[in-house]
Amino acid sequence: MSEFPSITTEQAQTPLPRSKTDWLPLLLVPALALLALPFVGNPSSWVTLTVAGLAMGMMIFLMASGLTLVFGLMDIINFGHGVFISLGAYATLIVLGPLAAWGKADSLALNLGLMGLCILVAMALTAIVGALFERIIVRPVYGNHLKQILVTMGGLIVTEQLIHAIWGASPIPIALPETLRGAYVVGDIVMERYRVFAVVIGLAVFGGMQLLLNRTRIGLLIRAGVENPEMVEALGYRIRRLFVSVFVAGSALAGLGGVMWAFYRQTLTAGMGMEVMVLVFIVIIIGGLGSVGGCFVGSVLVALVANYVGFLAPKLALVSNILVMALVLVWRPEGLFPVARR
Amino acid sequence: MPEPLLQLEGVHTHIGPYHILHGVDCAVPQGGLTVLLGRNGAGKTTTLRTIMGLWQASSGRIRFGGADIARMATPDIARTGIAYVPESMAIFTDLTVRENIVLAARSGPVDSARLDWMLGLFPALKKFWNLPAGYLSGGQKQMLAITRAIAEPRRLLLVDEPTKGLAPVMIRSMIEAFRALKQSGETILLVEQNFHAASALGDHVLVMDDGKIVHAGAMGALVADRSLQQRLLGLSLDAHQ
Repeated sequence: MSEFPSITTEQAQTPLPRSKTDWLPLLLVPALALLALPFVGNPSSWVTLTVAGLAMGMMIFLMASGLTLVFGLMDIINFGHGVFISLGAYATLIVLGPLAAWGKADSLALNLGLMGLCILVAMALTAIVGALFERIIVRPVYGNHLKQILVTMGGLIVTEQLIHAIWGASPIPIALPETLRGAYVVGDIVMERYRVFAVVIGLAVFGGMQLLLNRTRIGLLIRAGVENPEMVEALGYRIRRLFVSVFVAGSALAGLGGVMWAFYRQTLTAGMGMEVMVLVFIVIIIGGLGSVGGCFVGSVLVALVANYVGFLAPKLALVSNILVMALVLVWRPEGLFPVARR
Repeated sequence: MPEPLLQLEGVHTHIGPYHILHGVDCAVPQGGLTVLLGRNGAGKTTTLRTIMGLWQASSGRIRFGGADIARMATPDIARTGIAYVPESMAIFTDLTVRENIVLAARSGPVDSARLDWMLGLFPALKKFWNLPAGYLSGGQKQMLAITRAIAEPRRLLLVDEPTKGLAPVMIRSMIEAFRALKQSGETILLVEQNFHAASALGDHVLVMDDGKIVHAGAMGALVADRSLQQRLLGLSLDAHQ
């Protein structure tokens, strides 16, 4: 970043103290995967489960990343976030209707073009609805958590009913594009193509968010605002505009997550966003409020545990996420990488 | 007599049900350092926060450079040229020292001559330039908070208890830094409990009690008058030297 001042004079010779990177939470993911290997037994099953867990984790991250910033920066508990996931999922119908042939074509370019268009339309729609949601529903209840929960829940119910009114109440099946169906088979290892695609998209979004947050002034402002919004205002920045931008971006990210989730489930229901919100809140709490990195690690952790436990002890699968959250909070009561301190 | 840079007239501030400022009247002249003294709970921090718009004045006028800023939003007040260093320092601990300063320079890249000047005031910061500010000691955080406030030229610095909790050696370097700031022509309104530091730095003094200004004058006069110190502050300078 060229505008950043740098020190190049006599202090360049002064040995700098090394920044203490907090590696422990990052090591949790490989440690967990390695710990699961002897229990799973078969290495190819382990790889399949791990890739499936990573893909699931990426989709949870896409759906949760916007909310953790909204939570951390704006101190808003948005129970209506799930509706942007549902809306993003239903937005695929706008593209799949006229361009169904692109999905059926045995062409990677056309299939990826179709996915790209679905993502663009979903993000645009959820960004617009997000801006309206912030203005009409969230803005009047800034600073009051109880009202936020009630009002955003109400907004979620109303928007879900709007989805019913527009697209009908019955579940709608959608098909994966041709070249994303099936699996890559390497020896005994089976990796579903769509899950690999989800991992790539998730990593790309995570990388993009890290670049934005760490290499741009707007990123600095978001990080500073998560930590101390009042001081950001005292420096002369109009943080309200930043709030709205982050809310809109968070809604658009949920829309992107909704598209990925929709093709994963291959069935659309208005309540699909709400159903995944428990997981979303769990990963935000595990990661630490306002931390995108924490949200990423938390998502992967929760998804891997769900996959391994689902394979080894299916009856425990439902409670595994809560157990992970409880253990993390016993270890670090403010989450893995706490940023916002409220 | 020249018009003061900052003037408060009959300022009242309520925080929830509590009436904290009971009609504050005071003036901060252009140039030099004005110290705001008073016991705990007298309303000093509330006065600074009210000037910054972080708590809205319920009535009264706050004039800065001739304009009434009492109803303005905090970012707009900051943009008129007022910088604020809160008592908590409010350093962004997740950001590096460099990023804290970059963010404070709102209008663009930090001028290299100014950067050299700022780091000349607080050389210790150079060593920690690329470290997250959360790793700094209390004194270093205070240095960063002040450096952040002067990252760009400002017309007025509001500084809330910069020596609070600092070791004596750190207080001495803080006093030197404020002396250098004064010499560079900055106008400073400093809230301070440490009378030794206040008397070493102040050109003018305001004393608050129970949400009102009870004394305004030259610092030299207060330092010279022990009975006035006893009456206003319950101390004499000798006891603090």
